[in-house]
Amino acid sequence: MGHSFARGLGRGVIDTLRLTAEQAIDLLERREASGGELHNAYLTAIDERDPELHAFLTTVPEAGGDGVPIAFKDVISTRGVETTAGSKILAGYRPVYDATVAARCRDAGLPLLGKTNMDEFAMGSSTENSAYGPSRNPWDPERVPGGSSGGSAAAVAGGLAPWALGSDTGGSVKQPAALCGVVGLRPTYGTVSRFGIIAFASSLDQVGPITKTVRDSARLYRIIAGRDACDTTTVALPEPVELPASDDLRGVRVGVPKELNEAEGIEPGVSEAVARAIDLCRELGAEVGECGLPRSVEFGLPCYYLIAPSEASSNLARYDGVRYGLRAAATGIRDMYEQTRDEGFGDEPKRRIMLGAYALSAGYYEAFYGQAQKVRTMIRDEFAAALERFDVLLSPTSPTVAFPLGAKTENPLAMYLSDALAIPPNMAGLPSLSIPCGLSEGLPVGLQLIGPQFSENLLFRAGHALEQALAFDPVPARLA
Amino acid sequence: MTGWEAVIGCEIHVHLQTETKMFCRCATGFGDPENTRTCPVCLAHPGSLPVPNERAIEWTIRLGLALGCEIAPRAVFHRKNYFYPDNPKGYQISQYDEPLCISGSFAVPGPDGEKRVGIVRAHLEEDAAKNVHVGGSGGRIHGADRTLVDFNRAGTPLVEIVTAPDLHSADEAKRFLQLLRQTVRELGISSAEMQEGSMRFDVNVSVRPEGSDELRTRTELKNINSFNFAAQGIDREIQRQIAIYEAGGEVEQETLHFVPGREDAPPLRSKEEAQDYRYFPEPDLVPIEPSAELVERARADVGELPGARIERLEAELGYVLAEGLVTSGRDELYSRTAGDRRTVANVIMNELAAAAVDPAAVDPQELGKLVEARERIPRDAFTKALAASGDAGFSAQDYLGEALIADAAELDPVIERVLADNEDQAAAYRAGKEGLLGFLVGQVMRETQGKANPRIVNERLREKLKA
Repeated sequence: MGHSFARGLGRGVIDTLRLTAEQAIDLLERREASGGELHNAYLTAIDERDPELHAFLTTVPEAGGDGVPIAFKDVISTRGVETTAGSKILAGYRPVYDATVAARCRDAGLPLLGKTNMDEFAMGSSTENSAYGPSRNPWDPERVPGGSSGGSAAAVAGGLAPWALGSDTGGSVKQPAALCGVVGLRPTYGTVSRFGIIAFASSLDQVGPITKTVRDSARLYRIIAGRDACDTTTVALPEPVELPASDDLRGVRVGVPKELNEAEGIEPGVSEAVARAIDLCRELGAEVGECGLPRSVEFGLPCYYLIAPSEASSNLARYDGVRYGLRAAATGIRDMYEQTRDEGFGDEPKRRIMLGAYALSAGYYEAFYGQAQKVRTMIRDEFAAALERFDVLLSPTSPTVAFPLGAKTENPLAMYLSDALAIPPNMAGLPSLSIPCGLSEGLPVGLQLIGPQFSENLLFRAGHALEQALAFDPVPARLA
Repeated sequence: MTGWEAVIGCEIHVHLQTETKMFCRCATGFGDPENTRTCPVCLAHPGSLPVPNERAIEWTIRLGLALGCEIAPRAVFHRKNYFYPDNPKGYQISQYDEPLCISGSFAVPGPDGEKRVGIVRAHLEEDAAKNVHVGGSGGRIHGADRTLVDFNRAGTPLVEIVTAPDLHSADEAKRFLQLLRQTVRELGISSAEMQEGSMRFDVNVSVRPEGSDELRTRTELKNINSFNFAAQGIDREIQRQIAIYEAGGEVEQETLHFVPGREDAPPLRSKEEAQDYRYFPEPDLVPIEPSAELVERARADVGELPGARIERLEAELGYVLAEGLVTSGRDELYSRTAGDRRTVANVIMNELAAAAVDPAAVDPQELGKLVEARERIPRDAFTKALAASGDAGFSAQDYLGEALIADAAELDPVIERVLADNEDQAAAYRAGKEGLLGFLVGQVMRETQGKANPRIVNERLREKLKA
């Protein structure tokens, strides 16, 4: 496929496949393109390539702002624009209000391009759990883009959006970013408002940018982060977001947690790419050492699969057919509830609602949810100890590269393992950044950088330096 | 109920009359058109999040202090999960094992001295919406054609107070509830109007052999909206349980629902359903950690409690009048009105109340003048004056002009005329039908247009009839 051209006013070529948000800002500032032209260029790209990728569930025809257009995962409430969370139960639902992140993007002048596909209620790692059909990986349409923010990652990688927002509960920004060869930030819990984000697991959900570059990530994070009076779990950033400029890693202590790098199931090609990135850190002047996170890696995933479904079982109770969304035609309230939820939810939400309701029920609470909370504290302590010795920890983001559609749909546990490396820092409330660090079998490999709470500036600095040195080409070979 | 002792505990729900709801900025209010006080938060739209109402937290602390509670250094909101159309999120945000106020003790004066009622906890939660059943038989869920939901009430801050099972009779429970209501009102946190539903209570009742300290199976009386119905219901339930035990039976754990509007009828019984609410800490909210300044500010807002005032007034009035004045919010007027203490109390408690005058609108000085003149002016003049005593600019003097005729010289000619006109009745009285005196007094009062002093008329009539 060729490049995309701006619709209408042909002042210049807008190469949506390569254009970073920062470059788009330059175009706007130099008045070489208008917001409307940018918006149109991406809509054209969507018309061209989205029939194959299915990254978008909804597009917005009119540019509502003169900035760099953006795509939102369909979990972000957008006033008047259909927001489904990838679920049939919310088909046709149009929010009456904007999520805080949507309002902040609008206030920054970013026009909405559209809403991207996702695993239903952000539950999944491949976007195959979307009630509206899977998205496909721009690097290989026979493969998944990862998930649950697969639509946002595919949109950015496929040149259908210069940048996008996703949400990350157990790796849902980082893992698809890794599988699509783009940059994904999962911010420190509490730095980005969840107000208007359709909840999956409240104590873990965090919105994060999916971008082509680390600097774009920092720019978008700067727009969305900060305390929000509508979300009492948010805090003010302790320091302003800085755009990274340094090309070296001098003075940065890089830790390589053994268990996160040697976990079962990590593909050799992934390990090799990550090992090369670690070597590069030394070349860039970082001190590199090994450390251990044995309990975080062993218990992170099981602990996550108690806490997240428990919270989800409660968060998804509101979809009852009474006020909005799907309502089954049934007589009697009990039948209406049961049929609405049976018809409206797919298998994965049902599975997690049952898991969670069980883990919270009387007599099991202490053994499951209560215990998981204690383990979570232990994971937090273990990370804190490692981060006393090191500034940044490195590991693969995902144990594998993008896998073929259907490869894991029959085995939920295999699918869950796709997030085994991304989940532990999330359980500790820590920020982490995934950047592409090379190819394995022609598919992108993601490198995960983990830092202490509120260390986004450091992650951007390290990510940017590595990005410059790695010189990864984010344009999928088959589209270039 | 000889040989048996009742064991009664109460759960009281009080709406806090904050300007806005517990977790959103919608106005609270009673009687607004349906679903006009709603927003994405209280309608549980996807993605909406709760933000706690700080005033509601402060008021709950104020109430907790008035109930003698400790204020927890850290309180946690929990989610109570259940499905019902009036519960939009599918969970209610409430407090569970870490409530805001704990371990209180509330003094309730009684005719036989003070009773201390243990307060297990007072916690903050949000109220549900209101289901309105339409069609079918008059608002009842059974037989209704459909159910509509009014979300105006959804998210109204609600304090739940749970007492220890320290009450032992229907009267005691009623006294406690009345005093609690007055306390809540005086704290300025709620009108505690049961008709509006801003105060509701459930009562748990069991009985045990006198002298025992066991706790037997209890039944729960729900949806009570008047103190009298509470007392009746408790009494009925105590008698029922005693009868069961005396017949060798066992009381079953069940809930008795009062039917709104038919509270004097026996309540509907239902088996207690063991429901698992899957409580867990609300992840959308951080724990409440009240600062020392906040607690001290709340403490400063607690004035002299009504219970203490009952004890203070009891010495001069006796328990019944003291309790009546205080729990009806009339004791301030009483204290500020000069005059014979009992007379003042009786006038305020009985006559002023019967005239439906707001005691807060009455000028105590003018009321004092009226009370002082009570014996000297015609009965209906006094009644009229009382009825007007709450009006702006009321002056007792306007009603004191018509003093009663107490002068025998003025009354005697009238009395003689009446006796002459009613010879038969006078003769019958003299023959022993003393009940006819009242008739004759009435005739004199009529002749004088009610201006005669009835005491003097009585005396003079007796004397003349003796003659």
